[in-house]
Amino acid sequence: MAAIETREKIAALGEKYKYGFTTDIEMERAPRGLTEDTVRFISAKKGEPEWMLEWRLGAYRRWREMTEPNWARVHYPKIDYENAYYYAAPKTGAAPKSLDEVDPKLLETYEKLGIPLHEQKLLAGVAVDAVFDSVSVATTFKAKLSEAGVIFCPISEAIRNHPELVKKYLGSVVPVSDNFFATLNSAVFSDGSFVYVPKGVRCPMELSTYFRINASETGQFERTLIIADEGAYVSYLEGCTAPKRDENQLHAAVVELIALEGAEIKYSTVQNWYPGDENGLGGIYNFVTKRGDCRGARSKISWTQVETGSAITWKYPSCILRGDDSVGEFYSIAIANHYQQADTGTKMIHLGKNTRSRIISKGISAGRAQNTYRGLVSVHPRAEKARNYTQCDSLLIGGECGAHTVPYIESRNKSARIEHEATTSKIAEDQLFYCLQRGIPQEEAVALIVNGFCKEVLQQLPMEFAVEAQKLVGISLEGSVG
Amino acid sequence: MLEIKNLHVAVDGKEILKGLNLTVNAGEVHAIMGPNGSGKSTLSYALAGRDDYEITQGSIRYRGEDLTAMAPEERAAKGVFLAMQYPVEIPGVTTMNFLKTALNAQRRARGESEFDAVTILKTVRAKAAVLKIPEEMLKRALNVGFSGGEKKRLEILQMALFEPSLAILDETDSGLDIDALKLVAEGVNALRSPDRAMLVITHYQRLLDYIVPDRVHVLSAGRIIKEGGKELAKELEAKGYEQIVKDAA
Repeated sequence: MAAIETREKIAALGEKYKYGFTTDIEMERAPRGLTEDTVRFISAKKGEPEWMLEWRLGAYRRWREMTEPNWARVHYPKIDYENAYYYAAPKTGAAPKSLDEVDPKLLETYEKLGIPLHEQKLLAGVAVDAVFDSVSVATTFKAKLSEAGVIFCPISEAIRNHPELVKKYLGSVVPVSDNFFATLNSAVFSDGSFVYVPKGVRCPMELSTYFRINASETGQFERTLIIADEGAYVSYLEGCTAPKRDENQLHAAVVELIALEGAEIKYSTVQNWYPGDENGLGGIYNFVTKRGDCRGARSKISWTQVETGSAITWKYPSCILRGDDSVGEFYSIAIANHYQQADTGTKMIHLGKNTRSRIISKGISAGRAQNTYRGLVSVHPRAEKARNYTQCDSLLIGGECGAHTVPYIESRNKSARIEHEATTSKIAEDQLFYCLQRGIPQEEAVALIVNGFCKEVLQQLPMEFAVEAQKLVGISLEGSVG
Repeated sequence: MLEIKNLHVAVDGKEILKGLNLTVNAGEVHAIMGPNGSGKSTLSYALAGRDDYEITQGSIRYRGEDLTAMAPEERAAKGVFLAMQYPVEIPGVTTMNFLKTALNAQRRARGESEFDAVTILKTVRAKAAVLKIPEEMLKRALNVGFSGGEKKRLEILQMALFEPSLAILDETDSGLDIDALKLVAEGVNALRSPDRAMLVITHYQRLLDYIVPDRVHVLSAGRIIKEGGKELAKELEAKGYEQIVKDAA
């Protein structure tokens, strides 16, 4: 069913990347380059309290001392941090108080992206925060959520309205000096989502943030912080797109998740930043730090990602399994076509007793792309009876791409049980011929076979997004065979 | 329906079929028999349009059109069906989803409207019941972990579903015990029709006890060396290929 829709979509597209348009809207930017003044400018724009500015400046000073990491299997020209813009926002005057005050051009942009922001048109049961370059332009269903006690708002708003929560948790999972890109983000982050689900509350709807880069030569540095208090549950999904440009644009986000005792957070990503053209020109550099802390006993954090976009992906959503009996999961599909490079995986850090983790990674390489799974499973001395299961499958399409698996396993507790399975396969010529003989055209056959290969991961996505993700899988691989 | 003239087919530069002539009319069932390496599978792949099966000389006309000019999926949409000797596995794709995708792709290619999920489900269930294919099998990934008999029955189910004009059955009997063979043959016989031609390719005469052909052709070294009625199959069984080839030379 999905494969048929995929084929129609491909036929209807003409252009492969349908999100490549630009919104013509007047922008306000910070001056080019990165100095303490840039940081002060951003903080002032957000109307931040002094403590937040100090936090940012501390990060900025540390970042100045740091060097860019080079251990990943990705190659790109040196990024000129002094020549980029770090803040860009639509010039709309005062912050809109309701959807009626949002610039119609912005609403139209999201409409075009398939994310209508009018609540009556929205997918039932999904609340959306829409981030456009450096600012959040709209958050839907706020009232309904607040009835349940759930806070879902732009992080800039949370800093002003819920400072006690932000102070307590921001940087508590990804410390300011964690790594080069996370530190940069801590200095210049502009917007992102904040979620707090109080004790014992099951969030009544899916939460979702839609990130859009629009401005040229501008980096996007969003920051997301999600806290599930004791016994709470929340499912959150992020989506990302960007216009087609010949330049490379930097995206360096930080996501922190905190699950307290008995809480569960399910975090899903459909990443479709502009991947560059078929010759490798343009595309987003996606350097992202995502980490979840299972801080309480019996808590659970589950990451699901579908990574199809970006010229370069450098991303390792991880779990710190601190609470006893806590559970970490990582389900990943990474597709790299043409000249895309993906280096992605996870870290499962077992600190507590009886902690369990599960890693299912599906890497698909086509064209001249390079796709690397990089993972760490670490069992600490106190983590009695920790268990991990890892399965890494790679699928190659054509003869010029590469798949690499780099699993690190450290165990310092004898009672731990760690399993690792890895396979590499090609789409077999006889599978393709079989589909063709039954009347299924080539592009559709590839989409069908690849969706089959990814099934275990696609099943983890919330229903509303699984169908979209299946289509995306087909579209991303267009032109990869024949 | 099918008219093959002086067909030469090469694989990796090696000529396998060397001037094959064959005409099959609508409503007829023809058997192609031959020893291993005589070119039986090459003929079926050439008819289906598989890559690497290069037609170096001759022509294939199907319902008046040049079959060799069509892509494999186009041939399928126009009613050419090949029941394969070794049906392939596609992990993660349920059999039901595969059938639906294929049927609708063919319908779309013919300019017909696609069937919705419910219509397809009903159609498939009804046809599956005839072949004693359990519901549970349709929910499993295509051919993954299927027994030899299950795989072949699924091929016949697809034939029943797609209702082709020209069905080629490549060694459909291989790997089947007698019960499975009977079941498959019944399925095939149920699909015999005045509008449909069938080409049954087999090494052994056994299958032809159950699917009785109108004509039998003996293929040897890339050519048809002998033709006859259904009794030719019996003669082959009695004498063996070696003797028949000698007699024909």
